[in-house]
Amino acid sequence: MFKNIIAALCLSALASLAIADTLYITLEKDNALAVVDGESGTLLKTAPLGQRPRGIALSKDETQLYVAASDDDTIQIIDVATLKVVGDLPSGEDPETFRLHKNGKYIYVSNEDDDIVTVIDVDSKQAIKEIAVGVEPEGIAVSDDGKWVVNTSETTNMVHWIDPVSNTIKANTLVDPRPRAAAFSTNSQTLYVTSEIAGSLSKLNVASTKVESKLHFKIQGVDKELIQPVGVLVHPNDKLLFVALGPANRVAVVNMETFEVEKYLLVGQRVWNLAFSPDLKRLYTTNGVSNDISIIDVDDLKVTKSVRVGHYPWGIVVKK
Amino acid sequence: MKLAHGIIALKGIIKRELWRFLRQRERFIASLVRPLVWLFVFAAGFRSTLGIAIIPPYETYILYEVYIAAGLIGMIQLFNGMQSSLSMVYDREMGSMKTLLVSPLPRWFLLTGKLLAGTFVSIMQAYAFLLIAWFYDIQAPWLGYVTLLPALILAGLMLGALGMLLSSFIKQLENFAGVMNFVIFPMFFMSTALYPLWKIKESSELLHTLASYNPFSQAVELIRFALYGQFNLYAFLYTLAAFVIFMAVAVWGYNPSKGMMVKKGGGPS
Repeated sequence: MFKNIIAALCLSALASLAIADTLYITLEKDNALAVVDGESGTLLKTAPLGQRPRGIALSKDETQLYVAASDDDTIQIIDVATLKVVGDLPSGEDPETFRLHKNGKYIYVSNEDDDIVTVIDVDSKQAIKEIAVGVEPEGIAVSDDGKWVVNTSETTNMVHWIDPVSNTIKANTLVDPRPRAAAFSTNSQTLYVTSEIAGSLSKLNVASTKVESKLHFKIQGVDKELIQPVGVLVHPNDKLLFVALGPANRVAVVNMETFEVEKYLLVGQRVWNLAFSPDLKRLYTTNGVSNDISIIDVDDLKVTKSVRVGHYPWGIVVKK
Repeated sequence: MKLAHGIIALKGIIKRELWRFLRQRERFIASLVRPLVWLFVFAAGFRSTLGIAIIPPYETYILYEVYIAAGLIGMIQLFNGMQSSLSMVYDREMGSMKTLLVSPLPRWFLLTGKLLAGTFVSIMQAYAFLLIAWFYDIQAPWLGYVTLLPALILAGLMLGALGMLLSSFIKQLENFAGVMNFVIFPMFFMSTALYPLWKIKESSELLHTLASYNPFSQAVELIRFALYGQFNLYAFLYTLAAFVIFMAVAVWGYNPSKGMMVKKGGGPS
C-alpha cells in the first residue's frame, strides 16, 4: 500500500515536470534566428539568416529547419545542430507563410506578389507546381489527415481548397475581409480562418467547405480597429483554440464547442504567430513590435513571462 | 516592566482596537469600498495607460488594475494609519488616552501596542481586498500571499507610526481634515501607487523626485514585490528607516514633559 502511494506520488511528480524544449524564432528585422529555451525563456543564441526571415518549419525528422527568407526569394535549409545554412529551396518570389505536408515531402508556399502557391518537393529541392490562387495569398494550412491543403487570399477574401494529390483547387469559399491564417481541427473536420479587417474567426465545415459560423472578437477598452486576428492554433484536444489578435496585444482563447471566447490574454505588441511546447503545457507567442515572445501557461490560461528575443520576432517552431 | 504586565496591557489594547473595529461594521465596509471603487471604476478607465514596459516584479505585460492593486493595498494601510491617528485624537478628547498613558508601562510600549493593533486591523482589510480582487482576475502566485504578510506588517507599522506622529500634532478632531488634504492625498498621489516611476518621470522630473523619496512609495513597492514572492531590499530598508523615525518622533510627541502634548496643553495631568 505504502509503496503504491510512493509510486503514485513519483509518477505524479514526473507528470508535472515540464519537458524541456527549444524554440526557433525568426527575427524579421535582425535577419537572424533566435534560439530560446522554452522552459526558462532564456535566449540561448542567435544565428544569421537570409533577408527578412519569416515563416519557419521543422523537417519531419527534426534535423533541419526551413526558413522563408522573403527578401532573398528563397526558403533556406538550416542544420539544427550547427545552425548553418546548408541549402535552399526554390520558393518563388517573396515567400512568407508555408507549411510542410504531413508526409514531410512537400512544402506549400504562398507567393503574395505572384498570386500563386508554389509546391516544392523537399527531396529533389524542385518546385513541382505553381497553383494560381486569389490575389495576395497568405495563410496556408494542412489537415492532419493529409487530405487538404488550404490557402487564404487576402484581397480576394477567399479560402482555396487544394487537393494535395493533384495539387489543384477543388473548391473556393468566400470569407470575411483579409483572411490571414487558417488551422484545421485535429480531427480534420473543421477549418478555422482568421480575418484581419473584419476582426473575426470563421468556422468552416471541411466536408461541405461552407462557413458554419463566425465569431467576432470584442475586448473591453480596446479599439475595434486594433482587433486584427492573425495567427490561429488549435489545441490537439480539439477543445480550445488560440487566436493572436495582432495590435490588440491579446491572444483570444476560444472554446471550440461553444465557439465563444473564454478569455483574452495580454501579451506583447502585435502578436502574430503561436506554437505549443511538445508537452502542451506552454503556448508561445511572437510579438513583433515589442521584440519579445510571451509564454502562456496553457492549463492556467495565464501569461507567465515575456522575454526579449531580438527585433521583430515573426515565425516560431518548437523542438523537443 | 514585567513581561506579564506587558502582555496584559498589549492584549487589552489590541482587544479594544479589534472590538472597536468589529463593532463599526461600516468602517470595515468603507475601508474596502474605497480601494474597490478605485479598482472597478478608476482602474477600468485606464486599462491601457501603462504602455509596454515590463517592470519588476512583473515578468510580463499587465493590465492597469493588476499594477494598481499593490497601490490600493498601500492605500488601505495608509487610511488605516490615519484612521488610527483620528481615533487617538478622539481618545485624547474623550479622556481615554489619559487612562492609557498614565499606566506604569513605558510610553513607547503602549504606543507600539496601539500601533500593532492598528496594523493587525489593516492586514485583515488588505487580505479581504485581495480576496475580492482574486475574483476580478487579479491573482498573484500562492506563495505571494504568504510573503506579503511581513511586508504588510512593516508597511502597516510605518504608516501607523506616521499617523501616530500626526496625532501628536493635532489638537482637535476638526483639524483632521487638514491631514486628509496635506498628508493622505499628497502621499497617495505622489507615489508609485497609481503609476510607476518611469511613467511619472515622463510627465515631471520634480514629481518623479518627490515620488522616489515618498516613504509611501517604498511601502507600496515593498508590498508589490512581496505579493509576487520577491524581496525589494531598498524598499525594505527605506520603509524600516521611515518607521523608526516616525515612531521615535511619535514617542517624543507623546512625552508629557518634552513633546507636543505639553506644548498644546493636552498631555495627561
